[in-house]
Amino acid sequence: MSTEEKLTELVDAAGLKRTITRLAHEIIERNRGVENLVLLGVRSRGLPLAERINANILKIEGQSLPLGALDVTMYRDDVYQMIKQPQVQTTEIKFNIDGKTVVVVDDVLYTGRTVRAALDEIIDFGRPTAIQLAVLVDRGHRELPIRADYVGKSIPTALVEKVRVRVREVDDIDGVFLIKPGKEN
Amino acid sequence: MDFNRKHLLGLEGFTREEISYILDTSESFKEVLSRQIPKVPTLRGKTIVNLFFEDSTRTRISFELAEKRLSADTVNFSASTSSVKKGETLRDTARNIEAMKIDMVVMRHAAAGAPLYLTQCVDAAIINAGDGQHEHPTQGLLDLMTLRTKFGSLDGVKVAIVGDISHSRVARSNIYGLQALGAEVGLCAPPTFLPYQAEQWNVEIFHNLDEALEWADALNVLRIQLERQEKGLFSTLREYHNLFGVTRERLERTGKDITILHPGPINRGVEIESELADSECSLILDQVTNGVAVRMAVLYLFSGLQKQAELKEKSK
Repeated sequence: MSTEEKLTELVDAAGLKRTITRLAHEIIERNRGVENLVLLGVRSRGLPLAERINANILKIEGQSLPLGALDVTMYRDDVYQMIKQPQVQTTEIKFNIDGKTVVVVDDVLYTGRTVRAALDEIIDFGRPTAIQLAVLVDRGHRELPIRADYVGKSIPTALVEKVRVRVREVDDIDGVFLIKPGKEN
Repeated sequence: MDFNRKHLLGLEGFTREEISYILDTSESFKEVLSRQIPKVPTLRGKTIVNLFFEDSTRTRISFELAEKRLSADTVNFSASTSSVKKGETLRDTARNIEAMKIDMVVMRHAAAGAPLYLTQCVDAAIINAGDGQHEHPTQGLLDLMTLRTKFGSLDGVKVAIVGDISHSRVARSNIYGLQALGAEVGLCAPPTFLPYQAEQWNVEIFHNLDEALEWADALNVLRIQLERQEKGLFSTLREYHNLFGVTRERLERTGKDITILHPGPINRGVEIESELADSECSLILDQVTNGVAVRMAVLYLFSGLQKQAELKEKSK
């Protein structure tokens, strides 16, 4: 990463916490409770976000949801277009998703291709009643007809910019950051 | 980490990081095998040819299954029913296959070095499925995966390989892989089954099975090939069993829990007692399951590098 890049904090740790709390409330409200709900966090950063949403749900409703991890690498459509072959991590869904409402949690919604891969993978595991999508940041620029049901922050961006969600569990810091490209050397 | 190898010819020279990376990836693919629909679209559109110049049942089935679980298209070739019978050279066979646009070749051959030679004839990624007495890297990897699951880490774990070391490609891949992961390796065999200067591998050498059992945490018991008897390398199967056959009684004498691996197919009652092969200390069936996962990981990791090299070239 070039040192010329400019990093701006869009959401701080306290803001992130509030947003996650709101997402938890919205998920409960939309589904009229937590009956039949399960959470699937997309690796890497969707998983800790799903865990935090689950902790909030426990606080609000007095019960937590079954939580699984999705690694969509095996379902990606761009594996052979990347310079570095992406590392495959493990999907862990230790409960049956037939007849459940699955809430997929990811950090940033961008082209929609990760979500497409996640949908394909989930359907290989069973036939949920419904699949909903919760994202911390929607940055626009969709390439597929996909939208989120729950959006933490809607952040319009330019294509050259990058949005990075950072979470303590992975990055030792909480927040949402915008990276603007540096000047050409 | 950056995984930058193009072919899998052997485990010799692989670092701890590279092997650990392949094993970690294998664990992820193992999860796929336990699903209701044990299939992922990862290698959709890739064509893999299984080029078996030597008979093989389990390795070929294991590779074929791994390829199908990854949604690759596969073509099978076995020497006994092919143009090799008509006198075609390896190079011509390979170039013809390549002209049909193959992405990867999984190859088994009786001559050591045949896969290496093939890398010089074709552009496809070559996966060695056993070449002569050289190496059998995917077998080595699945043994490592099975042992790593059992012991957590292989650092300091003592693994004795028992049997015909000098003719065994499984032994060679095991030695390189185990040492890379920090395990100690012992070889236990009659002197006729040990290669010249085996001690240069930096291994413990035993000619007495009970001493090896005293030393070891795990055993990898190799198959005794019956045709070696004709060459005078051992006198009778009964004598071999009496001296080097692994039995429950011998294990119990050590007072330790010793884990047992065997690459198969087993000669029951020769290198291992039949009952012991089915006992709780035997991980033989785990090895078979892990074999498919390891081969999926290998096919995935070695599938894209060629394309990526092109991309790198373009982006310069």
